[in-house]
Amino acid sequence: MAVEALGSQTKAKVPPWNDPVIRGWVFQIVVVALVGLLAWFLVSNTIENLQRQKIASGFHYLEREAGFEIGDTMIQYSPASTYARAIFVGLLNTLKVAVLGIFMATVLGTMIGVGRLSPNWLLAKICEAYVEMFRNVPLLLWLFLIYKLISEAFPGPRQAINVLNSFFLSNRGLYFPVPLADPAYEWMGIAFLVGIVATVFVARWAKKRQDATGLPFPTIKAGLGLIVGLPILVWLACGAPHHMSWPELKGFNFDGGMVIQPEFTALLVGLVLYTSAFVAEIVRSGILALHKGQSEAAMAIGLSRGQVMRLVLLPQALRIIVPPMTSQYLNITKNSSLAIAIGYPDLVASVNVTINQTGQAIENILIIMAAYLSVSLSISAFMNWYNKRIALRER
Amino acid sequence: MRNFTLTAAAAVATMLASGSAWAGKDLDAIKARGSLVCGVGQGTAGFMMADSTGKWVGLDVDVCRAVSAAIFGDSEKVKYVPLSSQQRFTALQSGEVDILSNNTTQTLTRDTALGLDFTAVTYYDGQGFLVPKKLGVKSAKELNGATVCVAPGTTTELNLADYFRAQKMTFKPVVIEKVDEVRAAFFSGRCDVYTNDSSSLYATRAANPPPPLKPEDFIVLPEIISKEPLAPAVRHGDNQFADIVRWTQYAMVEAEEYGINSKNVDEMLKSENPTIKRILGVTPGMGKALGVDEKWVYTIVKQVGNYGESFERNVGMGSVLKIERGLNKLWTQGGLQYAPPIR
Repeated sequence: MAVEALGSQTKAKVPPWNDPVIRGWVFQIVVVALVGLLAWFLVSNTIENLQRQKIASGFHYLEREAGFEIGDTMIQYSPASTYARAIFVGLLNTLKVAVLGIFMATVLGTMIGVGRLSPNWLLAKICEAYVEMFRNVPLLLWLFLIYKLISEAFPGPRQAINVLNSFFLSNRGLYFPVPLADPAYEWMGIAFLVGIVATVFVARWAKKRQDATGLPFPTIKAGLGLIVGLPILVWLACGAPHHMSWPELKGFNFDGGMVIQPEFTALLVGLVLYTSAFVAEIVRSGILALHKGQSEAAMAIGLSRGQVMRLVLLPQALRIIVPPMTSQYLNITKNSSLAIAIGYPDLVASVNVTINQTGQAIENILIIMAAYLSVSLSISAFMNWYNKRIALRER
Repeated sequence: MRNFTLTAAAAVATMLASGSAWAGKDLDAIKARGSLVCGVGQGTAGFMMADSTGKWVGLDVDVCRAVSAAIFGDSEKVKYVPLSSQQRFTALQSGEVDILSNNTTQTLTRDTALGLDFTAVTYYDGQGFLVPKKLGVKSAKELNGATVCVAPGTTTELNLADYFRAQKMTFKPVVIEKVDEVRAAFFSGRCDVYTNDSSSLYATRAANPPPPLKPEDFIVLPEIISKEPLAPAVRHGDNQFADIVRWTQYAMVEAEEYGINSKNVDEMLKSENPTIKRILGVTPGMGKALGVDEKWVYTIVKQVGNYGESFERNVGMGSVLKIERGLNKLWTQGGLQYAPPIR
């Protein structure tokens, strides 16, 4: 009774502008309204300005013929293709460099990071020098340097460095033979995927058995056998097709085979060298964050130095490593837009040319932002999922 | 990246710009600021290039100087903003520069969908190909399979694709944003061919081969694969300013036609020829109609020179480029430079 009376009294006493609940609501409504107003102002003002200047707007241009050529394409593309396809070609090129870059930077960075902790003085110092050298110079300069090295140091196509008459290295890139298309290769691809899935199951079974009986199983060797062996068996079963497309000097350049272009190489190498220096530091910090007792205990039960690292330290360090690693992966993806400086046809390059030919900067920038945002959010989502999976489970 | 930042900034500027700033007020804004902001290229010898003292010189630079002379009576009230081929249109659209004078080709889409107004043609050009002599190529028709260095976002890039499609030939483009880097890629042998407007090819050949390469090691192939009328551009929306830019160019051509140059312009003031009197503002009316000082042509010719003087000094026989007048001769001498009468 008394409590109720007190409660209603306090309620009556507080005027609405002092009530934290009401005030909270009012503030939120005001902020949302302001943001909405700002957005409305930006959109309507933009449309008005575009109309006044008679600048075309809308996304119809995407269906028009692009008219420009792209030097490095993963899918069929010609100047007769649409702007939409040109932008898609650019996006694929960005993804190609980002995915390869992430993979290679992780491997190299982990090696350097672990190397820096090595008791071998020389190895540790070399790794340290590597890290300091690559992370303290802007990426753009590395890209210029690597690109200049490739285009200046290698000879022209007519004087190409010839290895076994099949690999040709020149300032046009590295040309090498590839097998001619054959249905066998599709089956080999399927066999490869089957091999990966089988390896996952074998690994699970092996872990279960080791947990139960303590008997180790050579998972890595078995996995390699499955992933490499299965496709080879399929290849043999299909009659071992071996017709190749060989690069050949025709006129100005090589024809046939496959080529890795200097622009792509320069961008990939630059991104990997630069980012791996950061990855190395993240890996090192992750390992150093573990208590010394962990490695001492592992050594005490007789594990080798490699096993200590692989079985005890790295799995624990991963929990510390993964979150900052996500940022590095995002950095690689976004830094790949520096491609424009050395002429690799990435997403930004395609969109920039489109802006210039159509004059529709706003629409194109929206496209570029949406593309990078979705790629980055996908990477983040995957890494967050992985982070949760390896997180310490409290039992 | 800088390019992207600028494009993004320009897009934001378009989003934020208040309405009134666009409505035919460019000229007022220029006058209030006391200087003309002129968008030029990143450095093409003869057309726009900072000299050893950091002063911008060239045929395109003279256009901005002449416009400044017409508006302010002083050819030096110009701020130059070097723009890449990709930045230029956004920079003009967003109001970052007042006038674009950087070897820009006039085309239908640019004149309409991009929201630009091209004024008078300052240089009739055409696209060509620059190749090293040791390549042994004599004609553009032999370029099948070649690797071609080209600047992005240009008519050049589109003409190149069109030409090879029409000739049923293939090529690999190497597209780099900065002009210096494109040229470096060509000279290092990354590309077989460098393509651009032929004026620019002559400029590149004369001024840019890194030692030990010499200009004589390169040739410009005989084929001209496109029409490239290079003209200054302004934004849609201020017709008076567009008129001033257009008639400034006409005035320089007209002055050459009537033999008025920077050396004799003071004597010409005493001329009895009614056309010359009208041009030089001795008979008033023309300046008032255009909205500038009556002495506008006098100032332009006195400080910048007539079209012929500007041509010879920057790209013609008085320069390192030694480009023939060719199509850019006056119409009276069989060329295309033809100015409507100032009356």
